[in-house]
Amino acid sequence: MSILSAKNVTKRFGGLVAVGNLNIDLEEGSIVSIIGPNGAGKTTFFNCVTGFYQVTEGEILFDGQSLNHRSTDLITRLGISRTYQNIRLFANMTTIENILVGEHPHLKTFWAEAIFRTPRFLKEEKDAEAEARRLLRYVGLAGLGDSLARNLPYGAQRRLEIARALASKPKLLLLDEPTAGMNPNESAEMMRFIKNLRDDLGITILLIEHDMRVVMGISEHIHVLDFGQKIAEGSPKEIQRNPRVIEAYLGRGAASGLEKQTDGISATV
Amino acid sequence: MSNEKKFTLRNAINQGLLAGLITTLISTVGMVELFSQRQLIAGVMTMAQLFIFLIPALISFQTARKAPKNSILLFSAVTSFFASLPVLVLILLASTFGLRRFLINVSPSLIETLTFGQGPLVGSLILVLATTAVGVAAAFVDQMDEKIRKPILAGLMWTILVGTFSEILQERLRAFFGIGFTNLIIKSKALQPVAALIFLVVVTAISYFWQQRGDSIKKGLASQSATQRRNMTYAQRIAFFVLLLILPLLLGSYLSEVTNNVGIYVLMGLGLNIVVGFAGLLDLGYVAFFAIGAYVMAILTSEGFLGVAQTSFWLALPVSVITAVIAGILLGTPVLRMRGDYLAIVTLGFGEIIRIMANSDLLKPYIGGAQGVLQIPKPSFFGTSLIQPGQLYYVVLAGVLLAWFVSTRLSNSRLGRQWMAMREDEDVAEAMGINLVNTKLLAFAIGAGFSGLSGAIFASKLTSIFPHSFNLLISINVLSLIIVGGMGSLPGVVVGSLILVGLPELLREFAEFRPWMYGALLIVMMLAKPEGFWPSAIQKRELHADEESPPVEEVAAAD
Repeated sequence: MSILSAKNVTKRFGGLVAVGNLNIDLEEGSIVSIIGPNGAGKTTFFNCVTGFYQVTEGEILFDGQSLNHRSTDLITRLGISRTYQNIRLFANMTTIENILVGEHPHLKTFWAEAIFRTPRFLKEEKDAEAEARRLLRYVGLAGLGDSLARNLPYGAQRRLEIARALASKPKLLLLDEPTAGMNPNESAEMMRFIKNLRDDLGITILLIEHDMRVVMGISEHIHVLDFGQKIAEGSPKEIQRNPRVIEAYLGRGAASGLEKQTDGISATV
Repeated sequence: MSNEKKFTLRNAINQGLLAGLITTLISTVGMVELFSQRQLIAGVMTMAQLFIFLIPALISFQTARKAPKNSILLFSAVTSFFASLPVLVLILLASTFGLRRFLINVSPSLIETLTFGQGPLVGSLILVLATTAVGVAAAFVDQMDEKIRKPILAGLMWTILVGTFSEILQERLRAFFGIGFTNLIIKSKALQPVAALIFLVVVTAISYFWQQRGDSIKKGLASQSATQRRNMTYAQRIAFFVLLLILPLLLGSYLSEVTNNVGIYVLMGLGLNIVVGFAGLLDLGYVAFFAIGAYVMAILTSEGFLGVAQTSFWLALPVSVITAVIAGILLGTPVLRMRGDYLAIVTLGFGEIIRIMANSDLLKPYIGGAQGVLQIPKPSFFGTSLIQPGQLYYVVLAGVLLAWFVSTRLSNSRLGRQWMAMREDEDVAEAMGINLVNTKLLAFAIGAGFSGLSGAIFASKLTSIFPHSFNLLISINVLSLIIVGGMGSLPGVVVGSLILVGLPELLREFAEFRPWMYGALLIVMMLAKPEGFWPSAIQKRELHADEESPPVEEVAAAD
């Protein structure tokens, strides 16, 4: 059963078609990648899903409900959460505070209860903090709860961002270039981490990624965008051999030269 | 950053000329002359002289820090010598041409102050020599061992402080110890030289011993058990609370009145602190809610012809607060989708609309227009009317404590985290499921409530209110005191109010130069201490981001 389905989604900025007539279906519990050259409309699609942009045409359904005209915070409450291409943590808050903010949709006490410290409020705060510490351990940052997000090393910031996204207990997690700026070892570790995430929690993961080793290594299904249009979709194997994909990435000349040795593509791209 | 560069004699000269220009400026705007009325130490020093020498001394201090190690005295002598030159030029120009036609404040008496009454030639010589000497002395002090320097500076600072407030201290001392004893210390509003000397020595000595012993005492405290320490904090809190309760008895009527004014601003500041400090919404029309609180209190309780209900203060108080909250929500709903600068401009407009409406003919039959609302009774408590400032103090105190309590509790809760997240990154906060409009509205409404409470107390304290009491300057004042104290910091609000509201009331000469001093203070603050005098933890983190070294590298690598 598909958890997210985009139907003929188009997003225009003035005359520019950032995403054109896109159809994407996500199988529940799968790991799916969107790839494409810079400016292909990948992040724009993420922004449409999370409600940061309103789609110009078409419809996005999540769990059977339309996401059109829903605000970002309501979409998060439905069970979609995301990370950002350029890490956007609350830099001056501690790691625990970052995750606590992520837990926000699940905290129920009325704000005024905080003034009187009602038992319900105290219990909820205690549980929330325990949950935050658990998540911190889960992403491998145990013991760093009280350091500022800003002071964490790069890789830890990426993982904290994922922990914060997980705190809202999403059904669908959108990861925007989770291995950007990482060395091969770190990327490989992140890859394992993402796989475990799906296996442990059973959530659906949609990621944008440029590192082909990661994409080919963990995706069960890949969608390729170019200039806002979907030019191919399929399993990693199929994508690797698709001439249109090679053309989009390397240009027509390179594509014709490479046609004979398509096996080398995963390394070259 | 510039410390790396070599500090040459030319830099020293520039620094000196800069100091001199500042001194010349405060002389030509009339500050020095005005301050020569106030004696710090009888027959020895007036406030004007303090100002003339303080700036060269401070700059000289700076020079001494940067100068090459082997020629520190030379450098500071050069700095302070050049600091006296612009003043010298002013004296010579004034005494030969008479600058009064262009600079109204350059009066003969100013020149007399600057030349110590010795005539232009001898006086100038004294000025140059004295300034240079002060500069060299400052460098000397700077070169001393820290163990000696700090106590000496503390002693000087406290003596100057006591001297500055000698008028008020005289009144207080008389009330407690009688005239005879007081005259030994402070006579006709000036600290006596002998008393000043004794005071200087005593403070220096105490400060010295504290420094010697302080470390071992702190160590002793640190080695206490957790329960002992908790008992200590409880004891401290109780002592502080008792002090707050008996404060009016110690302060007397005049100082209580000043404290009440400060308290009104603290209350407003705590409210705006939620809006600006916690939630990061720049609100420049904050005075609107203060005005609404005040007018509701006035109309409900006034015994004049505009009063509609003549209710008691205590009944009108919650009504004022609730009205302000509702106004906050009503005004907030349409504007809170805006961000940053736009929000500031729109709220600025709202503040003005409320003031102009209070002034308008349309509402004149109800709220009195420019004539305001009169005959507002003071609050009464179980039949006693709280007429004395010392009695009214408790009403203000209760309000401040309430606002403080609510602020702390909220800032440590989910709502506080929502505000913080929103301040850090609005888009991401929304993507975390936070409803921005509700969160902003809550900040706006709670802030408005505190302001309304403050306004209600204000109205009943003054017993009459007029539209011009609610001008833009109040909003600016409250914002400034938050910035000076430290955004998002509750103690900072109190410190800011004491500096920006309390000080000008105590030093009434300053009143004329209030905007001038505000500007200077804000600029200096932004350069030297942008996080404020008592910064909140998060502000400190933000503004000193590049100075900290990331402490967690190793821990993370180990996992």
